Amino acid sequence: MKFHPFVIPFIAGVVFLLILIVFRLKQWLKGLDRKQHFFVKQNFLSLKTLYAIVEVFRESLLHFKIYRKNPVLGYMHMSLAFGWFMLIVFGKVKSVLYAGSFFEPMWLSIFFNFFVTSNEPYPYAAVMTFLMDFFLLIVLSGLLIAFVKRIYSRLVGMKKTTKHILIDRIALVALWGIFPLRLFAEASSSALYENGGFLTAGVAQMFSENFASIVELPLWWAYSLSLSIFFFTLPFSRYMHIPAEVVMIFLKKWGVKTNEHHSGFTNIQLHACAKCGICIDACQLDFAASQKNVQSAYFIGDARYNKLTEDVVNNCLMCGRCHEACPVGIELTMIRQQYRNKKEMPGKLYYNYVDLNGYHANVDIIYYAGCMTHLTPGIIISMKKIFQAAGMSYWFMDEEKGVCCGRPLRQQGFVQQAKDLVHKNLRMIHGANAKLLVTSCPICYVSFKEEYALQIPLMHHTEFIESLIDDKKISLESKAITAVYHDPCELGRNAQIYDAPRNVLKHLNLKTSKCEKNNGLCCGSSLSNAVLDLDHQIKVRDNALNVLLEKNPDVLVTACPMCKKAFTHGHKVAVMDIAEVVAKHLNEVKTKKQLSEKPEMITFAK
Amino acid sequence: MTAVDVLVIGGGPAGLESAYSLANNGYDVAVLEKEKNICGHLNQAHSLFPNFQNASEVRSAMIDKMTHPKISIHNDTEAIRIKRDIDKWGVETGSGKEFMAPALLLATGFKSFDPKYKEELGYGIYDNVITTTQFEAMCQKGSIVSPHGQKVKRIAFLNCVGSRDEKVGNHYCSRVCCINAVKQSIEAKKVLPEADIYCFYMDIRMAGQFYEELYRKSQEVYNVNYIRGRISEVSPTIDKRLHVKCEDTLSQTPMKITFDILVLMTGIEASLGTVALGQQLNISGEYNFAKSLSLHMADNYSSHKGLFLAGTCKRPLTLPEAVADARSAAGEIKNYLKTLKQ
Repeated sequence: MKFHPFVIPFIAGVVFLLILIVFRLKQWLKGLDRKQHFFVKQNFLSLKTLYAIVEVFRESLLHFKIYRKNPVLGYMHMSLAFGWFMLIVFGKVKSVLYAGSFFEPMWLSIFFNFFVTSNEPYPYAAVMTFLMDFFLLIVLSGLLIAFVKRIYSRLVGMKKTTKHILIDRIALVALWGIFPLRLFAEASSSALYENGGFLTAGVAQMFSENFASIVELPLWWAYSLSLSIFFFTLPFSRYMHIPAEVVMIFLKKWGVKTNEHHSGFTNIQLHACAKCGICIDACQLDFAASQKNVQSAYFIGDARYNKLTEDVVNNCLMCGRCHEACPVGIELTMIRQQYRNKKEMPGKLYYNYVDLNGYHANVDIIYYAGCMTHLTPGIIISMKKIFQAAGMSYWFMDEEKGVCCGRPLRQQGFVQQAKDLVHKNLRMIHGANAKLLVTSCPICYVSFKEEYALQIPLMHHTEFIESLIDDKKISLESKAITAVYHDPCELGRNAQIYDAPRNVLKHLNLKTSKCEKNNGLCCGSSLSNAVLDLDHQIKVRDNALNVLLEKNPDVLVTACPMCKKAFTHGHKVAVMDIAEVVAKHLNEVKTKKQLSEKPEMITFAK
Repeated sequence: MTAVDVLVIGGGPAGLESAYSLANNGYDVAVLEKEKNICGHLNQAHSLFPNFQNASEVRSAMIDKMTHPKISIHNDTEAIRIKRDIDKWGVETGSGKEFMAPALLLATGFKSFDPKYKEELGYGIYDNVITTTQFEAMCQKGSIVSPHGQKVKRIAFLNCVGSRDEKVGNHYCSRVCCINAVKQSIEAKKVLPEADIYCFYMDIRMAGQFYEELYRKSQEVYNVNYIRGRISEVSPTIDKRLHVKCEDTLSQTPMKITFDILVLMTGIEASLGTVALGQQLNISGEYNFAKSLSLHMADNYSSHKGLFLAGTCKRPLTLPEAVADARSAAGEIKNYLKTLKQ
């Protein structure tokens, strides 16, 4: 039997790793809630499993998503993951071919060149030797990029890389050691026994026979040890993402979803994060407001090691840009929400004192402006004008008395209070027997959509206005005004409404900005960040304004009262809600106020 | 090219007062005023706090002084570019005229905060939300009326609109609005004795001679109601009056009151001229007000030799303060011109 004591650390590492992964997997699956369990059982033996395998191949090995973000970064991940995977596969094939049995000792494939020194013939020997060296070269090239990335991250399109903790650094050094050590170990053996391929034999030329005989054994020991260290540290370091991502992909394909409760699926996602740091570059709090160590890579890391602080949990705009950027597809915003949720007494009613009675029956449309819209009355009078121009009767649900939709409370973790408000609003909405609910606030829109289980259709006013134009109920005059549309986070990334506002604004000269649609920026006034002070909110806002105003538009159009207020206070451009633009450019009614062509800008000092 | 001893930019109370003082001392002074009329914001005042002196009296006194032979007034003349030669200041104006003098006095004053930035207050959206300036004009006419013709039963004054407000970027106190609101609420009561007057405030700041007495009088004699709390939201009623949401923070009760008129006590900001010239001359300080060389020791000096500052281009001031500051600036300029001759 081929054996040498230096394989012991490797074997110990592998055994330890396997036991730990099985143990973790069991824990994770046990932690799934009932609904999530149901999906796993339901879809375990279905075509979805096959899709998951394809997805694992695409994302865990080839890393297509990262490749699309930056080819060099994609190649780096692909060469390390796929290259290593192929080394393992072909190593196994090679040793099976050599041994003529599938059940050769498992370390034979890993330390093949040490054990097989005579040039005994075995099938496809030359091809195998070539392939092994080829994939080793691929891995080494990826390693080189990874090394350069540490020093100069812009090479791979990243402004910043993640700061790592000690265990991650140990694992990283071990990982970086594995392949060069393997190269040199194989090269030393090749210098002695001429059993190398193009790469190892090439490197072997630098070794004198005497030198090779001295370093050979220490190099194989070092190779085995670095493998061992990597395997021992893997379950406790960021490299746990390798198995966790695979598990996550399977569960997702089976239909498991993240909900507001922390569960085993949350734990899987926490471990699936590679701390690659792509989310750091996406985060406006980082690049505009210099808030450090709160980005998702750090948040997830802290959550994994149970050292989350309130500040990290709460210092987030919940804009969803990191979620959009994450190459692994971890539901970062939702997970942060889980950590914000306060423990509440279920069933306790917090808003008993709110007395809402009476609702209008016999109207088709309910209009709910929302609290924030009440602070921007320009939007409300515009909506009234649009309803009137379209000849539609409606009930203005929160005109006099009304309660909040609940979302700001929910985002701060007050789930039970939010549900209490939902209950109150729902009673009014469904009591009215209307056919449609229109809201002017994207925050309310997302709330209604996700938390209300509404029995009637829901529209944000951008969609509603679009439908009025499509149905020819209103029409707009073309204007030679240049405009840029700002996608509010809630309406864009959270509700996926991108086309409706652009269709509505066709009557203007609509310009694009660098950050459009799912790459849209947050205005900085997000209600979901209650800890960011005003100075830093302003930094986020001004940075966003600079991007949005690159083409010097006459007017900045948005569809959220919060964004409108924030950008107006930036003193840089006329800011209008889409409803105000439409009300101003209506064909039917021409009032005195509409006669001025250019949007009116509030005077300001520059 | 007009050459004089002193160039004064800004024909408001500060600019005019220093011009007169310098002229009395024998210097040729040119005053550049961008508007049609001199006297600046004083033109919009009906009566002055704290003694209710008629603003027109003060205005005509000022205009009389400007007949001094050593003073030339240039209306509709906006200073656009300021150049500096050795010991000489040159000013190019929008109308193409050029002026030159060894000393330059910046008296470009203030502007009122534009309340459209506080959209929740409904200015520019509801006709009966007006500014303190518009209310002063009503007092001037002697009729306080709602734009919709209803009888005015209830008027609200809201302090600190654009002052002490982080959201709009003005952290400072404008100093004059509190006492002005007290004055205007008494004026309102004089015109409409039956009306209820409410004054919403964060703090009442009565740091001036006779201010506190007037504040007390407004409550004891004129029954003005003072409510500590900001107005959060304004919405229209069916009959086009105003629903105002606010909180009385002393009794901790949220309130909703209907008003016929809401008067916004808009704060003081650096005027557009102060901002533009301040930046051009590199003397812009906090909130774009012009920065003096030393607050306690050289408040009329700037960091440039021969460039002097007077009045509200530096910070919010009351009328007597601005005028006194103008006289002190004239004294400093006189000293400076003397040293030049030696």
